[in-house]
Order: sequence, then structure tokens, then C-alpha cells
Amino acid sequence: MCLGIPGRIVEISDARKKLAVVEVGGVRRQVNLACIVDDQHPVEGCVGDWVLVHVGFAMSRIDERQAAETLEILTQLGEVQEELAAMRASGKA
Amino acid sequence: MKYVDEFRDPAKAKVLFREIAALVERIEICKRRPLQIMEVCGGHTHSIFRYGIESMLPEEIELVHGPGCPVCVLPMGRVDDCVALAEQPGVIFTTFGDAMRVPGSKKSLMQAKADGADVRMVYSPLDALQLARENPDREVIFFGLGFETTMPSTALTVLQAEAEGIENFSLFCNHITIIPTIKAILDSPDLRIDGFLGPGHVSMVIGNRPYEFIAERYKRPVVVAGFEPLDILQSIWMLLKQFQEGRCEVENQYDRIVPGDGNREALEAVATVFELREFFEWRGLGSIDHSGVRIREAYACFDAERKFPVPQLKIADPKSCQCGEVLKGVIKPWQCKVFGTACTPETPMGALMVSSEGACAAYHNYGRLDLAKRATAQPAAAQDSAGEVAPR
Ligand code: SF4
Repeated sequence: MCLGIPGRIVEISDARKKLAVVEVGGVRRQVNLACIVDDQHPVEGCVGDWVLVHVGFAMSRIDERQAAETLEILTQLGEVQEELAAMRASGKA
Repeated sequence: MKYVDEFRDPAKAKVLFREIAALVERIEICKRRPLQIMEVCGGHTHSIFRYGIESMLPEEIELVHGPGCPVCVLPMGRVDDCVALAEQPGVIFTTFGDAMRVPGSKKSLMQAKADGADVRMVYSPLDALQLARENPDREVIFFGLGFETTMPSTALTVLQAEAEGIENFSLFCNHITIIPTIKAILDSPDLRIDGFLGPGHVSMVIGNRPYEFIAERYKRPVVVAGFEPLDILQSIWMLLKQFQEGRCEVENQYDRIVPGDGNREALEAVATVFELREFFEWRGLGSIDHSGVRIREAYACFDAERKFPVPQLKIADPKSCQCGEVLKGVIKPWQCKVFGTACTPETPMGALMVSSEGACAAYHNYGRLDLAKRATAQPAAAQDSAGEVAPR
């Protein structure tokens, strides 16, 4: 119930009621967009956006830049680790 | 799916486990005692067990599974109220699936359904509203429960019902709020938590700022965390960094979903429809001030509690049940006297054994008794294992 699931908005089904069809894990269902639209993000402009869907409502737009940054930090962590391991190995040799 | 697989990468997880182990060695507290980290949210508990995270962490880190499973903290009396509502003539009672098997003092919603009540599981409150449209001669009640994550969805559903003039729809409101709950935990005398993993999806609605008092006044660091394995590991790592560097802040690991200020539209809908209750009763934790919301007077006609007679009795939990102590992290699930014997997922005594987000069900379903053994590995047990490796 509390775990959302990412989905992509494929079409607006009722702009007045802020309803859209969202594809979530291969399943299409009607989702309410009220929480992610405002003056800067009108309903019509939402098609193609990735959102997190909770109990039939899109609750957040997934920020792709932030997601990439988080993954980048994790990757760097791995690279630093590898470098350190290499350093240690060469130190021992 | 977008940003799901990427955050399950085992290679990256391995690096994080290594980094965590290295950090632990440099943290002073860990030399004296285990560091207790509470994940407030049941969604985190679920992920931690599903991916076996706890057993891979160094022994110096102890995860305490907090009260953030809305189904688990529902008191028995409220379940009885649900059953009473469901058994009203002409009512279709709709609920999220998680709540079906929570035991009331006489029966669960599942048993009420078997006895003839029209109880239906729905995925969304909007599905309940649709049932009301399709069945104008019936009364459709939706069982609203959850923290701030699900609160906006029920608020918006009530607003939609009002806009369409749907009169046969009402909400049995059992929504609870996170901040007073965390505060109650922090003020509890038998509790010793060093830091928190903040609930990612609640924060997506309320933002990060409401947690600042935890860092400032209670001097406990908080990292708002996502729900994939790498999210949880990175958040633990961020918490440990704070300990190591002597910082105490609110940080946001889940910034791809959680905006610092929360979600304005969602908060507006919540404020329009709901107001704080003076107090709300929690299973195992007792009554917590301002920890629940009810429907405002202006929307009284959508309030099942006003529309129908509800018993509202306070029912004490069974004596042998120790859900409260588990919720506060005072004991571990397997230390409850009835764990796995009188209380199992098939015959749950407490709600912690019902929901997949409940700590007891998680331990039971994922067979994490290896952890139970590790944690209780007192001298006797240590000798046993020593005996095994010693040449005979
Ligand atoms: S084992 Fe059952 S009764 Fe004991 S704490 Fe867990 S859910 Fe509650």
C-alpha cells in the first residue's frame, strides 16, 4: 500500500478531471494526476513523463537528473574502491 | 522499469556493504555497543527483509523496525468498527487488501465477508468511488488508512465525490500522521535509537523540513531513504558518515522522488478535507496526541463515523501479545512469547504478523531466524558453535 511503483503516462483520458492512462509494469490503468500538475506543468504536457504511482494517484514526478546523480555517486564509490584495492595490491607487491 | 533495476545492482550493493563495514570501524560508538538505526516506515522493513539486508550488515549495526506500518498499528477496536460498518445492511465495505486479515476482537474483515458481509478489496479509493457510481442504491464505505502517503489520495477522492454530488460514498478515516509518532518514540523512556531512516514516500508529500527537530532538538541524524536495496544501503552509509564526521543533519538520499518542500497540491487537498484529532489510539503504543486526522465538518456527509453508528470501543490487546514492545524496538519479534507458536501468519494474534510490512511476518516469512540466533548468541551459544569447529 505504501510502496509506490513507477509508471509512464501514455495518454490523457480526461483533462478536466486530471485523469490519465499510465503504463505501470506493462499494465495500463487510469491514474489521477492532481498531485503532479500545476501552472508550470499543465495536464496536457504530462504525456511521456515518468511518475511514481500510489493507490491510483501519481504522487511524484521522477527526477531523472537526481536519479542519475545518485547512481553516479554509487558508481564512483565502486571505482574508488577498485582503485584502492589496486593500490593496496601494488603496495603489497 | 525506470530506476528499479538500476537500484538493485548486486555489484554496487557489494561495494556499499564493504564501505559500510569500513566506516563502522571508524565510529567510536560502535566500539562500545551496536548502533541502533530505526527505519520508521514499514515499506523499508519489507525491503530490508525481502533482500536480506540485515543479515549482511556488520554486527555493530542493529536495525530497529519502527511503527510505520499503518495496518500493524491499527487497534483492535477500530477493526471491530470496520466489521460493524461492513455488517450494516446495504453497505459495500471497501478496503486495501492488507487490512483484510487483521484480527478484531471477534473477527477480521475476511471472516465478516465469509459470514455474508459485502467486503471488497480495492486497489485505489477511486475504485471505491466507482463502485458508488455503479451502485446508487447501496452505501459504499472506503476504509481510509495510512500515513501522509495515502492521505492525499483519499482527500482527493472525497473532493471528487463532492464535485460529482455522489451521496452514497463515505470514508471511514483512520489516517495517521508521522511526526507526532516519531516524537512519541523519541520521548519514550525505554528507547535508545541513534539515528533514523526517514520514510521516503511520506516525505514525498510532507517534504524534509518537518524532521529537522529530530536533528536539532533530539540530536539524532535522519536520512530520508528510498525503497530499493541500494537506496537503503546508501542511506545507512550516509547515516554512518554523519556519525563518523560528527554531524547531525537531515539528509535526503531519495531526491529523485522527494522534493525538499513536499507536494503542495497533495498537502492542500489534505488540509481541505482533514483536521487533526486531539489524539488517536495506536496498537501497542497507546494514545498519541494529534497523531490522527478526521474529516472536517464541511465534509461531514462523507464521514462514515457520522453517517453510521460505530461502536468505538477500546479493546485491550491479548495479554500474551507483545506487539507494543516489538514496535518500539524493546524486544525483537522472535522474543515475543507467542511468536511462531500461537501467533503465525496463518493464525495471527497481532497485526505485526498480518501485514507484509509487519516485523513479525517479515521474520517469519523470510525465515530470518539466523539473525535471531546471532543476536541472542550469548556465551552458551558461542560455546556451542566453538564446539562445532573444535576438533573432536
Ligand atoms: S508474535 Fe504476534 S503477538 Fe507477538 S509481537 Fe509479533 S504479532 Fe504481536
